[in-house]
Amino acid sequence: MKYLNSMEVPFEKVTAKTFPKGPDSLAPGHRACQGCGEVLALRLLMKALGREFMAVSATGCMEVCTGPFPQSAWEMPWIHVAFENAAAVASGVDAGNTILRRKGKLPDKRIPVVAIGGDGGTADIGIQALSGALERYHENFTYICLDNEAYMNTGIQRSSATPFGASTTTSPAGKLSKGQSTWKKNMPAIAAAHNIPYVATASPAFHLDMMNKIRRAAAIPGPAYIHVYAPCPTGWRMKAELSVESARLAVNSRVFPLYEIIDGQYVLNKKVDNPIPVADYLKAQGRFRHLTPEDVAAITERVNHEYEYIAKMSEAFNGPRF
Amino acid sequence: MKAADSAKPVGIEVSLAIAEAVKLAEAEVVAAYPITPQTHIVEHLSDLVANGELNAEYVPVESEQSAMSACMGSSAAGARTFTATSSQGLIYMAEMVFIAPMMRLPIVMAVANRAISAPLNIWNDHSDVMSIRDCGWIQIFAENGQEATDMSIISFRIAEDKNVMMPVILNLDGFTLSHFIEPILFPEQDKVRQYLPPYVTDHKLDVKKPMSMGLLGGPEYFTEAKKAANDALLASKPYVTKAFDEFAKIFGRQYKLVESYRTEDAETIIVSMGSISETAMVAVDEMRAAGEKVGLVRLRLWRPFPVEELRAAIGGAKYLAVVDRHFTPGFPEGPVATEIRALMYHEENRPRISNFLLGLGGRDVPRNHFQYIVERAKEIGSTGRQGHFEMVGVNE
Repeated sequence: MKYLNSMEVPFEKVTAKTFPKGPDSLAPGHRACQGCGEVLALRLLMKALGREFMAVSATGCMEVCTGPFPQSAWEMPWIHVAFENAAAVASGVDAGNTILRRKGKLPDKRIPVVAIGGDGGTADIGIQALSGALERYHENFTYICLDNEAYMNTGIQRSSATPFGASTTTSPAGKLSKGQSTWKKNMPAIAAAHNIPYVATASPAFHLDMMNKIRRAAAIPGPAYIHVYAPCPTGWRMKAELSVESARLAVNSRVFPLYEIIDGQYVLNKKVDNPIPVADYLKAQGRFRHLTPEDVAAITERVNHEYEYIAKMSEAFNGPRF
Repeated sequence: MKAADSAKPVGIEVSLAIAEAVKLAEAEVVAAYPITPQTHIVEHLSDLVANGELNAEYVPVESEQSAMSACMGSSAAGARTFTATSSQGLIYMAEMVFIAPMMRLPIVMAVANRAISAPLNIWNDHSDVMSIRDCGWIQIFAENGQEATDMSIISFRIAEDKNVMMPVILNLDGFTLSHFIEPILFPEQDKVRQYLPPYVTDHKLDVKKPMSMGLLGGPEYFTEAKKAANDALLASKPYVTKAFDEFAKIFGRQYKLVESYRTEDAETIIVSMGSISETAMVAVDEMRAAGEKVGLVRLRLWRPFPVEELRAAIGGAKYLAVVDRHFTPGFPEGPVATEIRALMYHEENRPRISNFLLGLGGRDVPRNHFQYIVERAKEIGSTGRQGHFEMVGVNE
């Protein structure tokens, strides 16, 4: 692969032994809820990339809870403009860095630009800006979707990434409703359809895997997309201490498979041959409380189908690319 | 196209001249989306970048909303940034337009003024920019091709002035200005560099000196943030004048915030903005030749509003005929007239102000419309009435 030899942002694999020590560049004191999976993911981003990158946030929980003026938790360069445009702002930042570097106004060194949005800001209102940015192929562009499966900042409204059956404030379970009536939008596949070099899913319960994916995304010249599963105890009506556990259950039940799509080729990172029952994943979360065994069976069937699709795609290619 | 560095005027389409001026200004990032009648500007900029004549990043975004978003990103990275839009595009980008001045990002945006749908109409009026009147940008209206060209350079100088640091909208009338071929004098590149040095700023994203831009402002800070931005906008006025004056010193063409034409001893004054003023001047000449005491005042700077300059320009006129190219549905007159009326209200000798809506959606404005509005302003004004509003030339 042509880019592996020309990486100017070096890829250094994180292991338990080389895990970065000391405080990361997201300062304590932010206003995230207890057990927030998004802020956990953000901190892993910081640990993965240190301070030599620029971040662009979409409006949302992470933007609001980290940046109430005059305070900011961001100890590296950070910008927020609006809700639907993080990808576009990031592409502008990269364009600015690129020309300044070409003119000698910045050191001749790539600066990763990481755009961060929630599932609403990514899969719904921000999908156009994201699609544009991926298609334009900005060299130092990474987009991270922190997917907590609803509009949590505005009070748990459904998005196109809300899973089937989840009760939210705008897809409530009721006499005539099972909650969300549609299946989760497949954002990694949409990102991959832009023929970008790197797409991955990641989970804060598998922190080394996630950090290495972030480093890989930043190192590869060209746009990258990482879809992060980010439990929201508040919105999922779940105990805060179950946040990481639910992220782990999601992977081990096949609800959220961990995989990469490298130059269009699927790589299943974690095979789940003996999945725990999907019901075990669902039962800790109040948003699924109303589901019947038949509903859970239907969800399980869909989950297995989607997992097997990725497993088969992965098997179709010849092993890992890195 | 080798239009730059001309000692003699070059015949060139105004849109292309603006692009050449942006090249002379050495813009570093252009992020834009096509929309008529702005497209020729960014098409030509794409050419200049593609041919290596302008060392810049051209970001062909997928919408105007992303255009302004990318502009904010590149300006925040510290790059000199330009975009252009029009009409529906400006409205579509409006959300981002309001954010740029609050972040003090010195972006320059040309707006080829065009009507807002519906009905769909690609032709000229001012309803696009008037709809974002309160966006907080410095706003300039160009009258002709030379002015649009010069202002494309001057706007960067204003925006990037350390005492200003505000984005600038350069308005030019769609088609009636943007698509006309006019004789243009192009400033020389080294003189432009002398006038407009490279953009260097500490107000940017920098891994060595991290900054958070765009924080949330709660009730305890929002008012202060708005006041600070407004103070900065109001305080930019002398630096706009300074940028005009220094341009005159180097290039010989003097611009003012408000231009007066034959207003000495004028009994009636037409107030206008944009390219329509050239027609108005011809009409004034004709009326003057017929013995009419009439003059023209043109607002070049729309925001911050040149209050004192306008009052001085209007002087002792008895009647004002204020031209609007946009109107405010549900309100008895257009926005320019409303503002001028408000500003003149406290004056002891205030003129009788009539308001005329001309040239909506590309409707032609011939010279006799100006003769008509002067007659009407006098006729209505002499009865002592205030608040006359009229849509001129409506077919009923």
